[in-house]
Amino acid sequence: MRRVVITGAGTINALGADVPATEAALREGHCAIAPLDIRDAERLAIRIGAQVKAYDQSANFNRQQIALYDRYTQFALLAAREAISQAGLEFSGERAARSGVILGTSGGGLNTQDENYRAVYEEGKNRVHPFVVPKLMNNAAAAHLSMEWNLKGPSFTVATACASSNHAIGQAFQFVRSGLADVMVTGGAEAMLCFGGVKAWEGLRVMSRDTCRPFCATRSGMVQGEGAGIFVLESFDHARARGADILAEISGVAMTSDAADIVMPTRQGAERAMAGALRDAGMDRDEVGYINAHGTGTAANDKTECAAVAQVFGAQADRLMISSTKSMHGHCIGATGAVELLACLMALRDGVIAPTANYQEPDPECALDVVPNTAREAKVSACLSNAFAFGGMNAVLALRAA
Amino acid sequence: MTISEAEIRERVHTILAEQAMIDPSDVDDTHSLESLGVDSMGLVEAIFAIEESFDIQVPFNANAPGASEFDISSVGSIVAAVRRLIAAQRG
Repeated sequence: MRRVVITGAGTINALGADVPATEAALREGHCAIAPLDIRDAERLAIRIGAQVKAYDQSANFNRQQIALYDRYTQFALLAAREAISQAGLEFSGERAARSGVILGTSGGGLNTQDENYRAVYEEGKNRVHPFVVPKLMNNAAAAHLSMEWNLKGPSFTVATACASSNHAIGQAFQFVRSGLADVMVTGGAEAMLCFGGVKAWEGLRVMSRDTCRPFCATRSGMVQGEGAGIFVLESFDHARARGADILAEISGVAMTSDAADIVMPTRQGAERAMAGALRDAGMDRDEVGYINAHGTGTAANDKTECAAVAQVFGAQADRLMISSTKSMHGHCIGATGAVELLACLMALRDGVIAPTANYQEPDPECALDVVPNTAREAKVSACLSNAFAFGGMNAVLALRAA
Repeated sequence: MTISEAEIRERVHTILAEQAMIDPSDVDDTHSLESLGVDSMGLVEAIFAIEESFDIQVPFNANAPGASEFDISSVGSIVAAVRRLIAAQRG
């Protein structure tokens, strides 16, 4: 089996339009949650989110591209541009044939669906633009990445709600590790902050009206975000042979299913995923200095996740740091694991642990070092990134410093 | 409201020019879509724009473009077809 490394990272999210801006915001503990600026926001009960603001699609794409690119595809392309440029790779010949794309998304082109349902149902129009289908489909972003960069190997999209991008990255990791591909572009993209996208979440009654306070006794629920995180994975040998800058190594992954409830998480599913990732990585639990938590800010997640960490890590649970960056960039749903992987890279590369923002009071059921409000300098050689989705579908990545 | 043939021509030329990413004054009736560089995706987008602009329904099946009543063999044939559809559908 081959070792797998990350050689490029890119993003756009509410914290910043690229990785440096996002990392700077994570270091500052900046919370990007703000009033939603979307059509019909006044008809929403939940009016906050971590939205990508000051975004001008025509500054990045021409008219014909915009006709085909939903907002989530645009986010994916912008993040991929940054990641692939950092990796310094060009794809042609045999390398193109052995490179692919696996992305996670939950809603796909939800803005396109929302706008066009509005046109036919609310406005009574009987005709929609011819590109509605290729624009809204869940594999559109992955397809446009493959077309833009000539990636001719295996490409597809996975949808496991809030774990989509961790499942995608885990799958891409396995493709490179097993030799099915030499280079994989992977991550996730989501743009669900439209009227229908927020209205649907409102119905579940798990959304906060003020802000996201993971692991805090005064937590009030989750807050939606949006954006994309894209990474270039390649085999260690492939990266070394071309002298690439290695950002981190992905050492293992585990995927588990609770097989229990469609929304309520189980401790056992999370435990098996974390323990499985450690085992797959050949990683001793004492190696792990940081966990990027799923940390949604809901009572159901936060208590279950902390109990699972305590069970899996034993005494090490009291020594390691665990933070939820959803307190800053919101819950980016199908892109969230990808955006959160940036906090892991920052921990491993720069020795800076992103905090859990908006933290007020300790919750005795979340009695771990959640790095409240202020980033911390610490040398970390290994970390985990957790994602525990609706449907009881869990995916945990284990990483080591380069 | 009647639309003059000149206006139909002007609007069709503008729609096709947008797809071809050229100036409308560079489009004339003798051009084929191929010579303008309008591909199959550009064509369905142009037909959508024609339907929206003239409030008509264009009988066109992208699976068999040649078999459609809507003659797309040249810019001029499209202008003529649009004129007939306006007459038939909008009196």
